[in-house]
Amino acid sequence: MKLQQISVFLENRSGHLAEPLDLLAREGINILGLSLADTAEFGILRLILRDWGRAESLLREAGWVVKLTEVVPVDVEDHPGGLAAVLRSAGEADLKIEYMYAFSLRRPGRAALIFRFAEPDRAVAHLTRAGFRVLEAEPLLAAVE
Amino acid sequence: MLKERWNDAAGGFHPASAPDFLPLERLREVQLRRLRAVVQRAYDHVDLVRRRMQEKDITPQDIRDLSDIAHLPFTTKADLRDTYPFGLFASPMGEIVRLHASSGTTGKPIVVAYTREDLEVWAEVMTRTFASCGLHRGDIVQNAFGYGLFTGGLGAHYGAEALGATVIPVSGGNTERQLMVMQDFNVTAMCATPSYFLHILDRAADMGIDLRDLPLHTGVFGAEPWSDAMRRRIETEAGIRAYDIYGLSEIIGPGVASECSAQHGLHIFEDHFYPEVIDPDTGETLPDGVEGELVLTTLSKQAMPVLRYRTRDITRIIPETCACGRTTRRFQRVGRRSDDMFIIRGVNVFPSQVEAALLQVEGTLPHYQIILTRDNGLDQMTVEVEVTPEVFSDQVRALEDVRAALAKAIEHILGIRVGLRLVEPRSLARSEGKAKRVIDRRDL
Repeated sequence: MKLQQISVFLENRSGHLAEPLDLLAREGINILGLSLADTAEFGILRLILRDWGRAESLLREAGWVVKLTEVVPVDVEDHPGGLAAVLRSAGEADLKIEYMYAFSLRRPGRAALIFRFAEPDRAVAHLTRAGFRVLEAEPLLAAVE
Repeated sequence: MLKERWNDAAGGFHPASAPDFLPLERLREVQLRRLRAVVQRAYDHVDLVRRRMQEKDITPQDIRDLSDIAHLPFTTKADLRDTYPFGLFASPMGEIVRLHASSGTTGKPIVVAYTREDLEVWAEVMTRTFASCGLHRGDIVQNAFGYGLFTGGLGAHYGAEALGATVIPVSGGNTERQLMVMQDFNVTAMCATPSYFLHILDRAADMGIDLRDLPLHTGVFGAEPWSDAMRRRIETEAGIRAYDIYGLSEIIGPGVASECSAQHGLHIFEDHFYPEVIDPDTGETLPDGVEGELVLTTLSKQAMPVLRYRTRDITRIIPETCACGRTTRRFQRVGRRSDDMFIIRGVNVFPSQVEAALLQVEGTLPHYQIILTRDNGLDQMTVEVEVTPEVFSDQVRALEDVRAALAKAIEHILGIRVGLRLVEPRSLARSEGKAKRVIDRRDL
């Protein structure tokens, strides 16, 4: 029910984002979802990929500071109000969202929302109870390869 | 002591300057008499000194000649730190009327003490400093050295008052107010760190003020190293004469040495502070003219006599007599130090202090580098710290918190504002031996 996300620390310099992505490309690792948080001085690259274990050790061996975090993927219909419904429900349960991003995963008419909750277990339980579809990691990743 | 006024082209010196012009034979007599007395005093009242002298099997009676000073043990910054706070005092607290403190390597400051007599000597040597920079009664002195635990502010203050000048105790900071005071109070002389004065110059240019139009004619600069190029810029853009002065809290504060009208080397007030230059590696005394580490002995200090203090400043004694007529010896302007200490905005900083702060926050010591730059004339210190897996987070706020905690810990220890940048691992250069911890881009 939860997905491993890889975060990579980057200095905010032009051309810098390409370095870890080039490394993954050379190793044939495809990136399924991505978000970049940045400040004036540094950025945090967050990646969703199928082979996260291998990607993590490759990046680490190449000297990057890497961290694995559990995120919760929620399946919604790709129409106006899809995200808002999830946010409203999370708000009602007082679930704290650290950040979120969305990607489509090449599934027509559906979107996957990636949430970083402060309490991922409680979030999964609540959203499931509220009728949302929290995706399983394996079938989700398999669907796109 | 000579009481007549010493005349020069600028219209005469304050009588306090008389010792600067003593015949050499007389000066050496004064020095030897004072040296013997101060060694006796330290031996009698300071445990560390007595123990060290006993280890070397010498007594105060063994000091028969000035050259015998070479037999005395050195005093180092570590000695002042290890005896914190009052371990080197030679006077009971009832006779000590002032304490000052400067930053030390572990976050603990170094404490220095003054009896009433010491304060009189301090005011005297600062009077001689200002006289040597061509100031007189009637000058209006804006003192932008920091007032407080730092010796700069109060040291310059009492010296300028004793000279008979009018002192404005404005202290450091608040640049627009500095400029208002300078303009409205007809200031003729300014005391500041050279980097702060450059900042004032830049601010003045922004505000459309040309310092050359003001009565300001003299700048008395110290507490940090500065280059001849900086001096030329200051003198040209402000239309003043810029003098270099030298001092350190461990010895007395400002007032150990000062440039004169020749602006070629700093005259040491050597009737109070005896200079030696040694080989920093062997500790051997070097002849005048040879470059080495400056070592100073306080000849008249009561509360805290310091024997053979290793300043870590690299310089040489200029053996030739000076055109100004002073007989006291000069040393060359200090450009570098024999350890890794650096001075920023008048504050002494050791990389080990930064390390202590980083350790305190992270638990282990990350790779780091200190970058010194000069931005609009003001010295800036930025610490670059490599992010470790232990502190890394996928959340921006958590990383910002780490950054802020590191900056705060460093600022707490150093007492000055620093920039802090988190950088990728391996981005900081590593060398075979000692890592290059300090990158100085200030263009000194």
